[in-house]
Amino acid sequence: MRRAALQALLSHWRRQPLQLLTLLAGLALATALWSAVQAINAEARRSYAQAASVLDRGTLANLTAPGGTIATDTYAALRRAGWKVSPVIEGRIVRGGQRVAIVGLEPLTAPQGALPETVGPAVPPQEMFSHPGVGFAAPQTVAALADLPDSHDLPRLVAAASMPPGQILTDIAVAGRLLDLKGSMHRLIVLPEQPATRRPLEDVAPDLTLTPPRDGGDLARLTDSFHLNLTAFGLLSFAVGLFIVHGAVGLAFEQRRQVFRTLRALGLPLGTLLGMLLAELLILALIAGSFGVTAGYLIAGALLPDVAATLRGLYGASVPGSLTFDPGWAVSGLGIALLGTLVAAANGLLAVRRMPLLASAQPRAWATLSGRAVRRQAVAGAVLATLGALAPLLADGLVAGFVLMGGLLLGAALALPFFLTTVLGICAGRARSATWEWFWADTRQQLPGLSLALMALLLALATNIGVTTMVSSFRLTFTGWLDQRLVSQLYVTARNEADGEALRAWLTPRAEAVLPIWSLELPLNGTVGEVYGIIDHPIYAEKWPLLAKVPDAWDRLASGTGVLVNEQLARREEVSLGDPLSIGEDWTLPVVAIYSDYGNPLGQAITGLDPLQAGHPELPRLRHGVLTDDPDGLLTALREDFGLPDANMTHQANLKAFSMQVFERTFAVTAALNVLTLAVAAFAILTSLLTLSAMRLPQLAPVWALGLTRSHLARMEVVRSLALAALTFVLALPTGLLLAWALLAVVNVEAFGWRLPMFLFPAQWLALFALALLAALIAAALPVRRLARTAPAQFLKVFADER
Amino acid sequence: MNDNLAHPFPRAGWRNALGGLLLAATASLAHAPASAQGYAGLGTEAEGFALPSPETNFSFPRDHGPHPDFRIEWWYLTANLSGEDGNEYGIQWTLFRSALQPGEADGWDSPQIWMGHAGLTTPDAHFVAERLARGGIGQAGVSAHPFEAWIDDWQMRQTGGSTATLGSLSLSARGEGFGYDLSLQSDGPLVFQGNDGYSVKSPDGQASYYYSQPFYRITGTLSLADGPVRVTGEGWLDREWSSQPLSETQDGWDWISLHLATGAKLMGFRLRDRAGEPFTSATWIDPDGTAFPYSDGHLSLTPLAASDVSGADIPTSWQVDLPDRALSVTLSALNPQSWMSTSFPYWEGPVMISGTHSGRGYLEMTGYGPE
Repeated sequence: MRRAALQALLSHWRRQPLQLLTLLAGLALATALWSAVQAINAEARRSYAQAASVLDRGTLANLTAPGGTIATDTYAALRRAGWKVSPVIEGRIVRGGQRVAIVGLEPLTAPQGALPETVGPAVPPQEMFSHPGVGFAAPQTVAALADLPDSHDLPRLVAAASMPPGQILTDIAVAGRLLDLKGSMHRLIVLPEQPATRRPLEDVAPDLTLTPPRDGGDLARLTDSFHLNLTAFGLLSFAVGLFIVHGAVGLAFEQRRQVFRTLRALGLPLGTLLGMLLAELLILALIAGSFGVTAGYLIAGALLPDVAATLRGLYGASVPGSLTFDPGWAVSGLGIALLGTLVAAANGLLAVRRMPLLASAQPRAWATLSGRAVRRQAVAGAVLATLGALAPLLADGLVAGFVLMGGLLLGAALALPFFLTTVLGICAGRARSATWEWFWADTRQQLPGLSLALMALLLALATNIGVTTMVSSFRLTFTGWLDQRLVSQLYVTARNEADGEALRAWLTPRAEAVLPIWSLELPLNGTVGEVYGIIDHPIYAEKWPLLAKVPDAWDRLASGTGVLVNEQLARREEVSLGDPLSIGEDWTLPVVAIYSDYGNPLGQAITGLDPLQAGHPELPRLRHGVLTDDPDGLLTALREDFGLPDANMTHQANLKAFSMQVFERTFAVTAALNVLTLAVAAFAILTSLLTLSAMRLPQLAPVWALGLTRSHLARMEVVRSLALAALTFVLALPTGLLLAWALLAVVNVEAFGWRLPMFLFPAQWLALFALALLAALIAAALPVRRLARTAPAQFLKVFADER
Repeated sequence: MNDNLAHPFPRAGWRNALGGLLLAATASLAHAPASAQGYAGLGTEAEGFALPSPETNFSFPRDHGPHPDFRIEWWYLTANLSGEDGNEYGIQWTLFRSALQPGEADGWDSPQIWMGHAGLTTPDAHFVAERLARGGIGQAGVSAHPFEAWIDDWQMRQTGGSTATLGSLSLSARGEGFGYDLSLQSDGPLVFQGNDGYSVKSPDGQASYYYSQPFYRITGTLSLADGPVRVTGEGWLDREWSSQPLSETQDGWDWISLHLATGAKLMGFRLRDRAGEPFTSATWIDPDGTAFPYSDGHLSLTPLAASDVSGADIPTSWQVDLPDRALSVTLSALNPQSWMSTSFPYWEGPVMISGTHSGRGYLEMTGYGPE
């Protein structure tokens, strides 16, 4: 009996291979996007804890000396006083004409994870300490440095994907040899756990300065927002995928009502039937989930280089561009596929359970539209949207921003059926022929079956509009801002202090102006940030982009009685014009202006150069902006007459190009996810239309019998699909714009610390509108073709069959 | 241990691998030769390192200091202590030196690597800490005169007494959850193990230089989570250096140092051999410091009962017989879980003596896994 029952149940899929494909594909798609995002997040998180970031200044506390280097004896004295510190030396060498950063660490005392994890057995530990030693570098750096005539003194280079390009990480002895720095170090990393019994720093090394780690894992907090963003995208795609599965499972159950009834009537217990259905679903979910996880891994692998670029560009976080396979991740991907299937199928299973034994096996052709249910849904949607809107008012933080976005999107999705019914009702009322009246009424009748797919489309369209608006607004603002901000035509960096002095003397008669870009890190209201000193030059007042200022801001700055802060700092420290800002020790100035500073994760302040130099004689005087009419000529002269290496000079145009490149890569992932989500939504419409077309024969047959030809009917089906997509777009547009506003005004402020003005791009909407219609057209094509080819006998059978 | 050495990367991390290297080198003298096989570079040859000579010719205080031409060396102190709170305690303080190449150089170029192990055993807890340091920069090292051995803020330093016999020392170390500051006094002479300090480790003739100062009386303070504990007791310092590994088939060792109630001391070890009978050696030390060495076969060490330690069965109760001295005693661990979970793990802890003699001592066992 069981075997026969199982065969009867499964035979359905043999007869409906397309439905089976839909179910599997929908589930696989949903799982794929979700697990791709998870894989990317996991990879990024793993690498945060790794090598480069541990050694980065700012991840852990550091000890530095005012003179720049620390003697070995001081290091030994600190260790012997109980301090768990580890030395680092840093510098640059030139090999084969390329600059290579050298980082030397002491492997025995370095913090956990300082060396690349992927080193493997390629490096016997004693080799690290012996001549010529071992250096770790990014694979492309290893390749670039291979077989150069002047690279014979380098350690044996081992490729490590986690290393940032252009850097060699090696033992401190090797680094000291390469940099000619024997016996001194640049800084000491202070390990997170320090014995309470260690002697005070003032007693052991009074001349060293302890710099605390930057603001409790600023990097982690900042990047968290990025990952939350990705997760939201993943979740969205998963939800859309579930719509597909729900549709397919619902249909499969619907069409098998007769089979269920017959099996039950033959004596199959309800529990066994449910168990079989459940097992069938779980097996399908496992198959689809496996495909999804595999596809997710591939997608993640394809997206990761861009994600890595984004994280590096936006936050300076180093993430390898390669993916590690984690079995736990695969299992969780399968788990979410199973869970999703169960959620999507719960409705169908419950219906089977409630089905009376002797009920008519007549398919219900989906529930008739209930006006009350639609209104109730719309009210729920309105409540959700309102709650979302309240979230940023009631709570701070990124989560509130996402609640706002979630409420908005879900609210709009829930309100969609009400919106469509209302509009379709109006259309039906205005129809001037019976055919069209039937068309509108029939469209309305189909809404319950299509509404989930249309909701998916709405979500995809709104997200698309929102994200595109955000990115485009950002691009516009950023480009304009770059033009203003990069006031100098040429940027030059001296090799050392003496060189800097000579450089200034050389440039002064040859350039319009030499603007020092001298900065150092100081606590700003207690949190370490950058402080720049600038000279009094009219070009700043003319071009520097300010968001808010007191009338005499530039004069106050020049006279040393005011300070400029960037937007990030102003928001983070909640300072506004006139508020005092403490800069390092014993120096407080009122804020006289706030400037925009896109792309910088750090708080920043600008003071007059003279007071900054007076208070901090250690200020490095190396970088300069140069105002000149002939940047190319000056560049050549600097190289040939003054002898400054190319690497120390940057043309404004190159700087701009680089910044834009960082920007474009930053949003490449967003664009890719955008397209993927839209594709999933189109697929959802396709499956829904397929589902409906299979069931609508009884509804179409009378119309056909009344004289409408098959091709006429097919054309009307196409129009219907287009009309629904167009109407959905009408609701998606305002939703998307609201979403864009939420991204720009709430999420960005929380995630990056800056707010962007919003610009509107109607051309993009038109393109998207066309895309939505195209998606609807493609989705409708297959069912319509099938309808046009339905044999008249099939229509007739509707009247003949005893159903 | 095999696992650790076969896959020193990447999970174990560099530090563990380095610890492994260091102890592999260290172990190659006495602890666990399996490790020596793990590192082909450490092979069976001495590769330019100096070798111990049967004609010993010690000079003090010079020989309290390091011998960088030898591959490995240690300053190894264990102590059995009684607390004012009525509890028995044990502490271990060890500084290992391991040379990647013979000789010394200044600064970071030094081929010497130092490793410190500190342990503190109570009847129901065992604390462990480990430190690693490069030679040549002053973070760790040993100076012979005045005697001082240190790594980071751990130190063993001469505070007076005889320079030759290290009659007076201060000792301190700390780690997570524990620390100790002890003062050590000895009127006894140095005791030379084996043949005047030339200690043979296998029938094939592998050997080390080995002498001890087993007569320390100790007072001081242990720092524990519940507060400081005043302690008194007795300590034993071992000095050993060599360049040769064990023979291929020796795969671990059991070593004891016993303070008998009569004032006599006993040092003994048993090197387990896959290919045959274990190799044993012992030194009986009269209360006045006169030493009586016993070559292979006189001492017998027999496991009585094992405990599950860190997932492996490790004998924590032993039958010790030295018929030449009418000694037949049972050793039982103060705390069977005295597991040194360092880069290269082993068992080391205080034991209580019962049988023909009473007293207390220290037991070290390597090569049992679950390394």
